[in-house]
Amino acid sequence: MKRWTGIVVPLMIMAGWEVAAILISNPFILPRLGTIVEVLMRPADDLLGTGSLLYNAWRSVQRVGLGFLVAALIGIPCGIAMGRYRWLNQLMDTTLQALRPIPPLAWVPLALAWFRIGLTSIVFIIFIGAFFPILINTIDGVKSVKKTWMEVALTLGTSEFRLLTKVILPGAAPIVWTGLRLGFGIAWMTVVAAEMLPGTISGLGYLIMYAYNFGQVNVIIAGMVVIGLIGIAIDLIFKQGEKVWFGWRSLER
Amino acid sequence: MKLRITDLTKSFTLEDGNTIEALGPLNLEVSDGEFVCILGPSGCGKTTLLRIIGGLERPTSGTISLNSATIEGPNPSMAMIFQEYSLFPWRSVLDNVAFGLEVRGLPKEERHRIARKYIELVGLSGFEANKPYELSGGMRQRVAVARALAIEPKVLLMDEPFGAIDAQARNKMQRELLQIWEKTRKTVLFVTHSVDEAVYLADRIVILTRRPGRIKEIVPVPHHHPRERTEPSFVEIRRYVLRQITEESEIGTPH
Ligand SMILES: Nc1ncnc2c1ncn2[C@@H]1O[C@H](COP(=O)(O)OP(=O)(O)OP(=O)(O)O)[C@@H](O)[C@H]1O
Ligand SMILES: [Mg+2]
Repeated sequence: MKRWTGIVVPLMIMAGWEVAAILISNPFILPRLGTIVEVLMRPADDLLGTGSLLYNAWRSVQRVGLGFLVAALIGIPCGIAMGRYRWLNQLMDTTLQALRPIPPLAWVPLALAWFRIGLTSIVFIIFIGAFFPILINTIDGVKSVKKTWMEVALTLGTSEFRLLTKVILPGAAPIVWTGLRLGFGIAWMTVVAAEMLPGTISGLGYLIMYAYNFGQVNVIIAGMVVIGLIGIAIDLIFKQGEKVWFGWRSLER
Repeated sequence: MKLRITDLTKSFTLEDGNTIEALGPLNLEVSDGEFVCILGPSGCGKTTLLRIIGGLERPTSGTISLNSATIEGPNPSMAMIFQEYSLFPWRSVLDNVAFGLEVRGLPKEERHRIARKYIELVGLSGFEANKPYELSGGMRQRVAVARALAIEPKVLLMDEPFGAIDAQARNKMQRELLQIWEKTRKTVLFVTHSVDEAVYLADRIVILTRRPGRIKEIVPVPHHHPRERTEPSFVEIRRYVLRQITEESEIGTPH
């Protein structure tokens, strides 16, 4: 029963859509569902000379992966240092609080000025999007590591370095993972928006913007559907990882 | 081998700049293989004392020495067992017990072999692969005991280890601890709030005064193990210790 309830509303929307599309009968405003499905069913076919859905999705995933990786590689070590050393956290706190509310896209002009149009700019903007959730959750994660765990480890003869790898990292890992999940979510939204900027020639964001210029609303919608599906899929992977690796956190009494 | 505590004091500086004297001056000698229980009013510095001996806290003055070697900082001769839940929840029982050996760089097979031995000693064979959250409170403290024993320390520092365990399981744990103690002959410093527990376990009971904790009295318990809790002379000691404790915690309290 429960599985079905989630599908009711999307079905109603689709039905309403189809009815409206027939009434309006203008594919430049509201294309018929069939024409969208048609695009989705042939994901490997070239669209308007921009490459296929799959190709563009792959480009977006690559970019987001790259920016996300850089954000994780910088955010996690910084977060560990700031979670571990209070003075460092206090030193950086104001700066972080001031930078954090600036949306990634507000960095676009600067990114273009610094890195010109191209991959580096996009990766930079994704980096900005993913960095803060990763950093902040890593700090919280390290702070959440119980003092008793560290003291036990110390009395058992653990060195400072082993304390990091054997207690702090595994103890903080579940919350760091949450940071990665949130960071990836934001990075994914950011990449699509960043690809709409002038100068890009591939990616899902580019594809739907390009289709707009040709009035191909069905391609736009198909692109949006793919963006949503990939977002859900990646989130599910993160959630699954949480269950498999960090089940202890919710089960701990 | 002797654990010697000499002129030990500890005061804490609070955030508002005031200092509080938590402990001492305190002098105590514990001989090899002795089981000493420490009793005293809440807040008198029992935990602080154990933490200083375990190297987690520095004394304000005075020294701790083991075999006349001064002890500063965590030391492989000392292992601590905390009251609160202290197992690593992401590790299995086996890997929890092997932790101290792992951070010392023992190869996996070796440390698992030793860990298994101690898991058997605390009666948890068959639970090696379980995670801490799958165990009862008593079982978890057994794991903590095995983890402490696995590094083969000379002294076990136990801070109300059975405080959170229900009465029945607690009696069982006490019996088993004594068996383990008889087998391994560690020196044990055991902090407790329970007079009954102290009288059941200890060779000597150290009663501390109110904060700053000093030694009020040392009560030897001459009985052999296993002890019978209902035996008259045993009951007599318990009554005596209880009187000392009550006296100490009631002095000067307004109610
Ligand atoms: N890190 C600290 N900073 C400031 N004061 C502290 C600190 N640790 C302990 N104290 C104080 O020192 C005194 C002794 O504390 P301790 O925890 O050793 O008492 P205890 O005898 O173990 O008490 P209990 O029986 O309640 O466990 C208390 O007044 C406590 O508030
Ligand atoms: Mg205490």
